[in-house]
Formats: sequence, C-alpha cells, structure tokens
Amino acid sequence: MANASLLSVRDLTVKFPRIEPVRNLSFDVAEGETLAIVGESGSGKSLTALALMRLLPKTAAISSGRIDFSGRDLLKLDERSLRRLRGKEIAMIFQEPMTSLNPVLTIGRQITESLRLHEGLSARAARSRAIELLDLVRIPAPAKRIDDYPHQLSGGMRQRVMIAIAVACRPRLLIADEPTTALDVTIQAQVLDLLDRLRRELSMALILITHDLGIVTQWADNVVVMYAGRKVEQALPETLFTDPLHPYTRGLLNASPRLKDDYHYTDGPLTEIPGSIVSALGESGCPFAPRCPIVRAGCRTHVPDLLVPAADRLVACPVIFAEGERHVAARGL
Amino acid sequence: MSNPDTAERVHVVLNPALAFDRSPPKPEAPDEKRWSNVHAPDAMRATTASAESGRTSAHRALRIFLQNPNAMTGLIFLVLVIGAALLAPWIYPDDPLSMVARPFIWPGTNPAYPLGTDSLGRDVLSGILHGARISLLVGIVATGIGLAVGLIIGSTAGYFGGWIDDVLVKVIEIVQTLPSFILLVVIVAIAQPSVAIITGAIGIVSWPTVARLVRSEFRAIREKDYVVAARSLGYGHVRIIVREILPNALPPIIVTSSVMVATAILMESALSFMGLGDPNLVSWGSMIGDGRELLRTAWYLTAIPGFAIVFTVLALNLIGDGLNDALNPRFTDER
Repeated sequence: MANASLLSVRDLTVKFPRIEPVRNLSFDVAEGETLAIVGESGSGKSLTALALMRLLPKTAAISSGRIDFSGRDLLKLDERSLRRLRGKEIAMIFQEPMTSLNPVLTIGRQITESLRLHEGLSARAARSRAIELLDLVRIPAPAKRIDDYPHQLSGGMRQRVMIAIAVACRPRLLIADEPTTALDVTIQAQVLDLLDRLRRELSMALILITHDLGIVTQWADNVVVMYAGRKVEQALPETLFTDPLHPYTRGLLNASPRLKDDYHYTDGPLTEIPGSIVSALGESGCPFAPRCPIVRAGCRTHVPDLLVPAADRLVACPVIFAEGERHVAARGL
Repeated sequence: MSNPDTAERVHVVLNPALAFDRSPPKPEAPDEKRWSNVHAPDAMRATTASAESGRTSAHRALRIFLQNPNAMTGLIFLVLVIGAALLAPWIYPDDPLSMVARPFIWPGTNPAYPLGTDSLGRDVLSGILHGARISLLVGIVATGIGLAVGLIIGSTAGYFGGWIDDVLVKVIEIVQTLPSFILLVVIVAIAQPSVAIITGAIGIVSWPTVARLVRSEFRAIREKDYVVAARSLGYGHVRIIVREILPNALPPIIVTSSVMVATAILMESALSFMGLGDPNLVSWGSMIGDGRELLRTAWYLTAIPGFAIVFTVLALNLIGDGLNDALNPRFTDER
C-alpha cells in the first residue's frame, strides 16, 4: 500500500465573513509523500494548513468540502477526537521558531508535555525519550540542552526543537508551514534535510508550505501551485520547472533566479508579475486574470476548470491550449 | 481509530539499535556521508556561546531583586514583622487584652513595659506583636482568596473571549462600581465581625483588580504563536491555561499581590479602627481606635501601632517595586 492516500482534501472552502481566502481546493497526500504547496503571501497556504488541523481563527469557518484523513472525515470529528488527533497523528511546524516556543518553559518540558499527554509516558520515560528526540534532530549534548530555555538557543536550534516536538509522537502527517523562512540561508538546507530524513525514517507524509520555488525541486514529490485561494497548477517538480503551463507559474519562475541557468544579474532583469494578489480577491472569473499577460474576455467571467494535459498534471487555464501552444487539452476529471 | 500498532511504534523508538541514527554528528566519519550536509554549525556555535549565560530567568530575576537596596530594606523589615508575629505567643504568652500594670506608663520609663501601657493598663508591645499576627494573617489569606477568585474569572474571560468574556467583564464592572470599603463595611456589619468573615470580605472586594489584570494578560498571550502551537499538539483548554499561559502571566500578578497584601492590611486596620474588627483579638487598627480619644494626652498609643502599619505597608510596597523591576517583561529579554 505504498501509494495509498493518507489525506484527501476535496473542494475545501474557507470563509471569513467577507472573503473566501481558500476556494474549492482539492489535493491528495499519499503515505510517506512530500507535497509542496507553493504560492505568494496571501494565497491561502497557511489557512489551508490551519484548516487541516481544524485550528482556524474564530472568525473563519470551513464552509464546504471534505477532509479525509486515513478514513476519517476531519470535518465531522468533535473537539475531543480532534485533540487526540492533533500532535499524535497530524503535527505542525510553524514559521517562526523565535515565538513558537513557550519562553518560560524549558525545551525538555515542552517536548515531554506532548509525550506524556498522547503516549501516557511517565516523567522519566518521557525525559529519556526527549533526549533521544533532541539527538535525532541533531542537537549536540542533548542531555545538557534539555534543561535550556528557548532564549538560550539560536534560531536554527529552536526550529530543530520545534521539529522534535512535532515528531515526538511519530505523527503520520507533518505540516511544515514555511519552516525555513525565518532562518539563515545556511541553516535552511539543514532543516529541510532533517525534515526529509525524518519523513523517511518515521515514514510520515509531509506537507511543505513555502513560497520558495528553490525548495520545491529538491525536496518535493508533488507540487501544488496556489493563487488567491485556488489551485492553479499541479505537477511533479521536474515537469513544473522544465515545462510550466499556467501563466502564473511561468511568471513565478521568470521572477526567480535559477541556478542551473547560470543566471547572473548582468544577464538582464528578472521579470516581475505586474499587480498584486490583493487585486484578485472578490473577482468573479479566473483569480489571476487581472495580472495575466494572455488574458481573454472569457477569463473574467468564468472560473476556469482544472484540465488534465498529462498524467500527474493539472492546470486551471484553458487559454494556453486555445493558443495551440503546447498541449492538447483533455477536459475534465 | 485506536492504533493497534502504537505499542510497537513506541518500542521501535525506544530501542536505540533501530530506526534512528543516534550517533553524534562527526563530520569526518565515513559512515556519516549520507547526511554529510547536516553538521549543524549553528548548533556547535550555540553550545559554547550560551553555556555561560546558562542561568535561568528565575535566577536572573532573583539576582536583580537581591541587588535592589529598597527591596532588600522592605524584605528585611517584613522578615522582622513575620518573626514578631511568629514569636509573639512565646514572648508574651498571656492574652494581650489583659490588664498587667498601672495605666499610662510612657514608653521607655519602665523596662518591664518598653512601649508602655494603655488607658486600661494593657502592655502596648504585647499588643503590637500579637497585632502583627492578625494583620499578616488577614493580609495574606485575603490576598490568597482575591487571587484565587481573580485568577479563575480573569483567565476564563481572557482565554475564551466571546460572550463568556462579555458576561464576566460585566460582573467585574458591577463589583468595581461599588466603593470597595463601603462594600466591606456592609458585609462585615451584616455578618459577625470575626477574623474569618473579615478576611473573606476583604478577599471578595479585592478580586476584581486581579481579574482585570489577569484577563488583559491572557488576552495578549493567547494570541502568541506558542499558544497556537500548543493547540496544534492537541492540548486541552485547561492545560493551555494552566501550563502554557499562566507561567507567562505570572510576573505582573506577583507584583500586584504584594501590593494587595498591603491594601488588605490597611483595610483590616481601618475596619478595626471603626470598631468593626474582631472584638476578641487585638489588632493594630483596634489599638489606634482605642487610643484616638487620648490623642492629646497619650499620643504614643496611636503613634506606635500607626508606625507599625506604615512601615509594614511601606515594606510590602518596596518589595512590590523590587519585584516589578526584576520581573517586568520590559526589562527581561526574549519575552
């Protein structure tokens, strides 16, 4: 059952009183797979993550959709069962290691707390397990470090501690919400390597939420590109980079320097995507239409369907096929 | 879904031979090739860098407090008062309300009665020492009651918000609109003026201050990332309130409670001065009340217990200021 779907999200819509930051989002995560969700700020990535944990702010609500996690509908679970699920089967890592650890508790306390809650370990057993976990995330001298307070650790170390807390109960799904954004570039690769290694050793699935396309190629098995709360493209990372289809994805790739092209700033300017994502909220048609270079009249009135140009590939733009540019469209799912 | 394989999974993790590569990072070791990019240079650096500053924040706060001369003066005086209160039954085993000598012996004239005697021939020093017991007992227990009620109501309102917050804030405001001392007098006048009633009544009139403080702290802290992180680990509300938020809200609460003890002592003194205190016990306030008609002839009868109250309250306020300097988040890094 290597490819069994662990998490299946169908038509997820998150609603605030006046806006819908996530609209009709669907994706699957297989056991042990790494799914990257890519998009710029405001595209609804983090809200999607919080919706999966059922931890949305009070003003937000999931207005429609289904979230199935290993056979259970997460939207039908009561608060008690959700609490048993969180941390034990689905865990989450947050963007800011500086503020995501409780400043007045030792890191040992923070790791053992969830072990004692979910696994019912004794204080002694939890402590020795916490030392193992700190060792696992490559913190040197874990037996000494365990009594440190968060302010005694550097940013990279804190993110390691966050990871240790998240994987303490061996969750089956780990959601990492921009886990490296707040870290130095030199530390980023280490943390991502660590996550990838833990994913394999603990056979977890990983949802990697990021705005950094560079991260995606190296660590993801599958990529979902989000724009203004909608999935605009889904592909394997290699195909996404060699053959981007959606105009937004192309814009993103043109807007970021790529090392393999041997790009240098003297080679010419990077292209930007004109406008900003805010202008797309509340539009009736394709969310990207206001910024799209190949926009057509119909784009502003109809939300484009997701088309399947090839296996493992989804794109929400009919125009690129109408132009006869690359692929023959095979309509519908 | 109950996990049938939970036990097995735990076993795998606890068995060091399986699952995890637990050897410490040795960059040059050939078997480390697989993770050659994970050397954690930040981790290495941090080991030496912050090992010296490895004092906990509690130690730091204590050091700041002990280096503060005002706070130390207050602490020393308070220790003296506590010592007097504890030793009173041994130094003066007799009832301080019993007549022991001729009335109006002035302080310093008779070595057997260093602080003199009052209009009924009762020993003033004995009264001061026994009065310290009542003052401290009432002050501390009333503060405890106020803190307990205030913490429960304030944390509930601040953490949950919404209509729970609306209702509780209205309750707090209603209690606060009543002048606290008048409310206190009414409660004591209706019930019997015993130490227990007085203490409880002072606690009842002082909880709204704590509740407001705790509520505002909780409202600020519940938005913090680590509280969301705690929820993402499946912690329940009580666990988050008690274990995650409360320790972060403690510093201002500790500071306030030292001042609350002082206020409670003043309230008890004021009640006793008005004759609403426990008639069977001597307290500093009742001594002032008894002496006030003799203010022109025997002023020491009001001055001595008055100084006792002033210095005790001053000591508690100095301690409160010192605690504020030591625990205030603005002076504490990384909060």
